[in-house]
Parts: sequence; structure tokens; C-alpha cells
Amino acid sequence: MKKKKTISTILLYAVLIIGSLIMIFPFIWMVLTAVKTNAEVLQVPPTILPEHWDFSSFTKVFDLLTFGHLYLNTGLMILFRVLCAVVFSSMAGYAFAKLNFKGKNILFTLVIVQQMIPGQIFIIPQYEMVAGLGLTDSIFSLVFPGLVSAFGTFFLRQAYMGIPDEIAETAYLDGCTRWQTFTKILFPLTKSSVAALTVFTAVFSYADLMWPLVANTNINSTTLSAGLSTLNSLSSTNYPVLMAGSLFAMLPMVILYLIFQKQFIEGVAMTGGK
Amino acid sequence: MKRKRKLGQDNLWGYLMIAPTIIGLIILNVYPFIDTIILSFCKSGVFGGRTFAGLDNYIKMFGSSEFWQAAWNTVYFCILTVPVGVFLALIVAILLNAKIRGKVVFRAIFFLPMVVAPAAVAMVWKWMFNSEYGIINTVFHLDAGWTTDPNLVIPTVAIMAIWSAIGYDAVLLLSGIQNISKSYYEVASLDGCTKLQQFRYITLPMVSPTLFVVLIMRLMASLKVYDLIYMMIGEGNPALSKSQSLIYLFYRESFIKGDKGFASAIVIATVLLIGIFTAVQFIGQKKWVNYEV
Repeated sequence: MKKKKTISTILLYAVLIIGSLIMIFPFIWMVLTAVKTNAEVLQVPPTILPEHWDFSSFTKVFDLLTFGHLYLNTGLMILFRVLCAVVFSSMAGYAFAKLNFKGKNILFTLVIVQQMIPGQIFIIPQYEMVAGLGLTDSIFSLVFPGLVSAFGTFFLRQAYMGIPDEIAETAYLDGCTRWQTFTKILFPLTKSSVAALTVFTAVFSYADLMWPLVANTNINSTTLSAGLSTLNSLSSTNYPVLMAGSLFAMLPMVILYLIFQKQFIEGVAMTGGK
Repeated sequence: MKRKRKLGQDNLWGYLMIAPTIIGLIILNVYPFIDTIILSFCKSGVFGGRTFAGLDNYIKMFGSSEFWQAAWNTVYFCILTVPVGVFLALIVAILLNAKIRGKVVFRAIFFLPMVVAPAAVAMVWKWMFNSEYGIINTVFHLDAGWTTDPNLVIPTVAIMAIWSAIGYDAVLLLSGIQNISKSYYEVASLDGCTKLQQFRYITLPMVSPTLFVVLIMRLMASLKVYDLIYMMIGEGNPALSKSQSLIYLFYRESFIKGDKGFASAIVIATVLLIGIFTAVQFIGQKKWVNYEV
């Protein structure tokens, strides 16, 4: 019995370790390719470790793409989308959960229905609106589809539903206005949900490819994802350069992930099912 | 009664606080939704003018072999990714639920692809799948045209997609598994149930609601696949028609070829397809999802 247990434990670790290697190998290969010369990469048979370390791809990719702009654009897009999602969804989530007003149910139905419809169906008119305002290739156009979040409203409404009515009632009777009750008493209680929504919004805005490709075609005004797609067509055969570019594009989010790993994973577990 | 009257006075605050969201949804979603439907019945000029064209776009779509091929590509992609991906994610979740050292590290590694933009993920896999110099063909002594052979491209993208999503799905399933009360397992092992029996009669039924959510979510995401294929298969790749998904076709028709009317018809068909698939899942769930706790 004991022996059987040891074998199954070893098997368990073996499967997990092999699985982890499969998950992590592409990233290792990305790094190893980026530090080889293009000639070495095209050698047959290929080398695993570089014969001589070559970091010129990292400078070359900076000549092809203006990473400074891309980082700034992506960072600002994420910042504003997160701010909008958190502020507007908190307000609406609170109102839908705790206040009573005419037409509440029908308006909330609008939120739910929108949340279920795939976003691509909105993209042509959204583009035409931004183009009509002459605002393509701006930070505004990057943020535009994320100005409000139906999912965030739905998700934060759940959080406010979970807070007992008595807490709000007490504050209200103590002389707080509805607004003060919301900002001073209830909003701080939804901290973990707000963190989850922040992670969710940041990860999905960062991953989005079609909208920046459509709205911000100028290479200096677009995001890291769309920049990579440009790099892909600019130098599709120079793999060390492509890998160096991918590394630069993924680095900020990976660093954030390593620092806030718990918040990332918990955030996804909470918002999951979207 | 008194309480009710007091709550009835919230009209002003209620409207003020939902105003940004509701106005935003109307501008960003309700209007575009209606406009896309209108556009699908129009012929659109390159410079934005529209003329009513009746059912022309839909007739063109149903007669287009490219559309049917893209629809099949999308469904084929879902058949390859959804069952295998969710099954593997379930296995990872079960393994991560065991009493092991380094659980946090394993979980973090499996989840990692989720925080990397699909564009970067596609880039490295494209390189690994390179037919001449790619590590995969070299290591396994193959000569497969992963990214150029029309019959191989969808399976190649499916492998990438499964790899990308496995950790995300596993984290969701793991939180479902962890919500199962330990006492069920204690009773079961006292009664002499094997681990496999415990899995079959406790874990699986108890996690089935989460499993259902993950399946639906993965199916919807797979039906919308676009970025991985777009990065892997560019304009001019001979395998393009055999590998483009519906959303990729939509993107090309609307923003590369500029036929926004036709593209609108395609995206409406895609959304309907997603709706039908989701509805079928919701009907089918009654047979296997267990909501009694």
C-alpha cells in the first residue's frame, strides 16, 4: 500500500514537471533564439545554446519598431480602460444592486444582453465613429471600445449584492448622502472584486489585436500587440529579431504577473466564465 | 412601507450613477449593433456612402465557397481545441489539487501564457513550427509544413490555442474543485472507495457546473478565433483559404478589401452561429450538469 502511494506520487510529479516543461519551453526557446545570430538560427542541425552570444537583435528590433511609443500607448490604453471600467462600473453596479429606480430591470437587461454579444459585431460602426471624429491614431481611439464595461457592471453588481443592506442603511441614517455611502462605505468593501476587474481589463486590453490594427494603423500610435503584427510583416524571416521583439512586448506584463501573481490568478478565478 | 418609500426616492441618484454606463452602452454597443444590421443590407462604397442592396450581401455570402470554407475551418478548430483543451485542463486542475509541494509554482507556470499577448505567443510557435529550421520538425525528424500545408494549419493553430488556454481553464476548474467539501472524500475513503471511484462519483458531478461554464466559455472564444491565425497565416499564404476563421474573413472583407456590407453579413452570421452553439450546449447540459449540492 505504501509502495503504491510512492509510485503514484512520483507519477504525479513526473506528469506535472513534463507539463510545466511543455508550458515553459516556448519562452526558453524565444530567449535562446533572440541571443543567436540569424546565421546560427538557420544552421542544420540547430544548436541549443548559442555558439556565441549575440545581442544585436535587441538593438535591431528597436530600429524597426519604436518601442517607447508602443509601451506608452499600451500603458495609457490599459490605464484609461481600467479607470473607466472601475469608476463607471462601480457606480452602475452600486446603483443596480442597492438603489431603487424606475426602469431598473429593463436597463439591467440591456447590460446583460450586451455582455453576451461578441464584440466583433460592433467594430465597423465603432471604427466609423472614431474615423468620423477624425480621432484615429490617438490614445482616445485605443480606449474607445472600453470606455464602459457591461461585464464590469454585471460583475461589480454581484459584489454590491453581497454586501448586507444594513450597512448602507446605517450609513444613510447617520447622515451620509447616497454618494457618500457609496464612496466612503461601500466602495472600499468591494476591493477584491475591483482588483479582479482591473486584472481582467488589463489582460484583455493588452491581448486585443483587431481593434488597434483597425483604429491605429500608424506604427507610432498603436499597441504592442499590433506592433508585433507589423514586425511580423517587416522582417518575417529574421527569427532572432522577431523573438527579441516578442520578448520586449511580453516583458512588462510578465513582470507584473510575477509580482502580482496571486492577484492575477485570483482575479481570473473570480471573473472566470466570461 | 416606510422603507419602501425611502428607497423610492433614489430615482435621481440611480439615474445619475448609471448614466455613464448606459449612455456608453448605447453609443458603443446598441447603435453599432443596429448599424451593423442595416449595413448588412447595404452596398458600401469605399468612401463611406451606402446604397440599399436588399439581400445581396446575404445571397453573396451563402453562394461564397470562401465563406463556407471559413465556417468549416472555425467549426473544425473548435472540434480540435474545445474537448481536448478542456479535458487536459481538467487533468491539470486535478493534479494541482493533490497534496504536492510547489503547487504555487506549477500553477503559475501553467497560467503564464494567459498574460502573454496572443501575438507574441503566435510568433514563437510560428518559429518552432517552421518547416525548414523549426525545432519541432528537427527534434521529431519530420518534414511537415505546419504553417503552409493547408491540411495541417488548423491542427497547428489548435495546438497553440490549447497550450495558451490550458492554464486559464485549469485555474477556473481548480477553484470549482476546491469548493467541494472535504467531508465527501473522507466518508468515501472510509467506505473503501478508490481514488478513481472518488473522482467518478464525487469530483466529476460536483465540478460539473464549473466544467459547463468553462466549456461554454472556451467554445465561444474558439468560435471567435482570429489573432493566432492572423499572426500565423498572412495575406498571400497559400493555406489562407483553408485556415481562415469566420472572424478573420470578416476582418479581411471589412478592413482590407473594404466591403463593409458583405463583412457585416458575415459577422452577423458568425454571431448567430455562436448563439446557436451556445443554446445547444445549454439544452444539452440538463443531461450531465449536476446542480444539486
